[in-house]
Amino acid sequence: MPKVKLSEYATSTIKEICESFNNSESELINVLHQTQSKLGYLPAEVQELIAKELNASTAKVYGVVTFYSFFTMLPQGEFPLSVCMGTACYVRGAEQVLDEIKRQLKIEVGETTADGKFSLNALRCVGACGLAPVVMVGDKVHGRVAPADVKKILAECKEGCPATA
Amino acid sequence: MAENKTHILVCGGTGCLASQADKIIENLKTEIEANDLENDVRVISTGCFGFCEKGPVIKVVPDNTFYTSVKPSDAADIVQEHLIKGRPLQRLLYKNPKNNYHVSDSSKIDFYKKQVRIALRNCGFIDPENIDEYIARDGYAALGTSLSEYTPEEVIDTIKKSGLRGRGGGGFPTGLKWEITRNVENDQKYVVCNADEGDPGAFMDRSILEGDPHSVIEAMAICGYCIGADKGLVYIRAEYPLAINRLKTALTQAREYGLLGEDILGSNFSFDIELRYGAGAFVCGEETALIHSMEGLRGEPTFKPPFPSVSGYFGKPTNVNNVETFANIPVIINKGAEWFSSIGNENSKGTKVFALAGKVNNVGLIEVPMGITLREVIFDIGGGIRDGKKFKAVQTGGPSGGCLTDKELDIPIDYDNLIKAGSMMGSGGMIVMDEDDCMVSIAKFYLEFTLDESCGKCTPCRIGNKRLHEILDKITQGKGTVEDLERLSLLSNVIKDSSLCGLGQTSPNPVLSTLKNFNEEYMAHVTEGKCPAGQCKDLLKYEIDAEMCTGCTLCFRNCPVGAITGERKQPHYINQSLCIKCGVCFQKCKFKAINII
Ligand SMILES: Cc1cc2nc3c(=O)[nH]c(=O)nc-3n(C[C@H](O)[C@H](O)[C@H](O)COP(=O)(O)O)c2cc1C
Ligand code: SF4
Ligand code: SF4
Ligand code: FES
Repeated sequence: MPKVKLSEYATSTIKEICESFNNSESELINVLHQTQSKLGYLPAEVQELIAKELNASTAKVYGVVTFYSFFTMLPQGEFPLSVCMGTACYVRGAEQVLDEIKRQLKIEVGETTADGKFSLNALRCVGACGLAPVVMVGDKVHGRVAPADVKKILAECKEGCPATA
Repeated sequence: MAENKTHILVCGGTGCLASQADKIIENLKTEIEANDLENDVRVISTGCFGFCEKGPVIKVVPDNTFYTSVKPSDAADIVQEHLIKGRPLQRLLYKNPKNNYHVSDSSKIDFYKKQVRIALRNCGFIDPENIDEYIARDGYAALGTSLSEYTPEEVIDTIKKSGLRGRGGGGFPTGLKWEITRNVENDQKYVVCNADEGDPGAFMDRSILEGDPHSVIEAMAICGYCIGADKGLVYIRAEYPLAINRLKTALTQAREYGLLGEDILGSNFSFDIELRYGAGAFVCGEETALIHSMEGLRGEPTFKPPFPSVSGYFGKPTNVNNVETFANIPVIINKGAEWFSSIGNENSKGTKVFALAGKVNNVGLIEVPMGITLREVIFDIGGGIRDGKKFKAVQTGGPSGGCLTDKELDIPIDYDNLIKAGSMMGSGGMIVMDEDDCMVSIAKFYLEFTLDESCGKCTPCRIGNKRLHEILDKITQGKGTVEDLERLSLLSNVIKDSSLCGLGQTSPNPVLSTLKNFNEEYMAHVTEGKCPAGQCKDLLKYEIDAEMCTGCTLCFRNCPVGAITGERKQPHYINQSLCIKCGVCFQKCKFKAINII
């Protein structure tokens, strides 16, 4: 793993989180949750520090991070787009919407655009199946999205409407 | 709830919040204050009403007036018309699609008529963040009577007699599970609530936790009393922030009221609950994987036996039950085993919650008595198929289940019948499909899910499903052969027989059931290179019918790749070598001039 020095803020945040869980190895998943929610993502350096703090092997931390889809090792875009690919959304055309987003942004699922504006993820059921197909931009839910709406949603983001509503 | 007051119940479930229910509440409160009504009217954010299709929904009690598809800007009118002038606001009332009559009273709406609400009894009726409202509806009475009047054996006996079976998919008798865990000698035992809800396209458990968290807390405490555990854990998906917050609030309130903690209600019984977060892995819903995940490890299943009841969390006896299973417990104790077992049919007692979604008119959360037919659920409660299309299949049991056809519509829904028909109850996802859905693609969709979610521990599941997916992919591209169909079923059976955990053992079900029930559709793909439903991109093309085309230019302007040419008022034309088959023109054309061939 490449070595990048963590900022002081990141280091102290991680240490605090680990301490709040008594530096207990069995709290690893909780520690990762909190760290990701504070720092946005879990790059190698962060995992190394967590491993050290919890007295676990880096391999174990890495194993857990890569096992669970919720954890990400890559920074997210300014506008994180998530397309629901749950069954209800799928049968109402989510795949076509996803294809259109991929085409417009020229990125695949799990990637971020070069300018750092958009990242793209696929989710499974956000609990709004009545609005299927669903696309989320940050916390904002767009319901009943058709491929033809994609352009507008992306434009809205670029115009500077905040990612969270 | 206090008497002589009007209550406006606004659905605060995830679906309605996504359509600005929070803004509606805010606006209602502002309007109510502006009209000095704050002492007479209370606005409450409740859990899911179930009628997600028409969300956001609002109910005004005591008169039960039901408003659908409400917008934040409607708040002023609701206050002026309903609260001040005392007459229902006609334009927001639910309209019966059969005769276009307005229906005001929610209990008279077809969607609710055939439902029986036990697990969802409080969802949409109470403020989930207020323990007093739960208590006012007999909340914590079951815990009180259990602790003061019954021995643990007697409570277990009641649960056994009620016939309640696990709602997480397996259908194991709940009372029996409790008894087994109780009978294992150990100084430390655990109660675990499985709120991982992995089925993509299902939101039953999340809705219960969002709408009525106390019912699960109460039931877990009762379970702790029965099996001899003082600690409970809820394993919940981190993707459910609202459910997590409501659960946290509920836990704090229960502790304040002495309903959790040391010496509950002076009974010498102590019990408390902690939360553990899942991180997006379907296999963690499997109980052994879930336990490993709670221990901070990768969520990989291990061989059973030993069952968690004997050796679970950190090797201690652990009773794992699903959210909905727990939500039934307090009612069974309050109303008795006989009452509960009078609902349902021979082998399956009580009710089941389903997340009804897909191509039905009324997408939503429903609770129906066991033994009701699929037809009643889809056509009476669900209001039939959208846009007047034809019913094709219904999928139950999520990625582990199968697709049933119109031939099976009249079988009574219960654990055993669904398995006999080639599907399963599962945790309650129910997806309805119409003539436009390609069953090969659906099977492929579920396999993609399995591939993503297989933990990789055993070969048949890790590699076998990959091979299945490759074959299906080939078929959807029109490159499959008749022999491929045989290979599909052969391989499926090997995977079923040789995988370690339930995920692998059930993952080929969507393939097998569609192969059996929709063989003609598979054949059309492999012998004629056609997708009869018009879904498989590689097997279709879009063409403009020159007779129907008015030359409105709408498709021309919307085509993202400039594949359409044509003059205004002249028939348009699609250049097939440029077309990426996105379907936008097909959706946009107002004259049905674009055909899928
Ligand atoms: C792959 C797989 C996924 C599962 N997912 C869930 C789930 O999301 N929720 C759940 O309650 N049970 C799930 N189960 C079933 C659990 O293993 C377990 O049987 C259940 O939680 C027991 O509770 P019950 O008896 O109350 O149903 C799953 C099982 C398998 C094999
Ligand atoms: S069947 Fe699949 S999910 Fe289950 S243990 Fe094997 S690889 Fe893992
Ligand atoms: S399907 Fe899409 S790409 Fe093809 S012609 Fe229509 S709009 Fe253009
Ligand atoms: S499947 Fe997309 S919100 Fe439920």
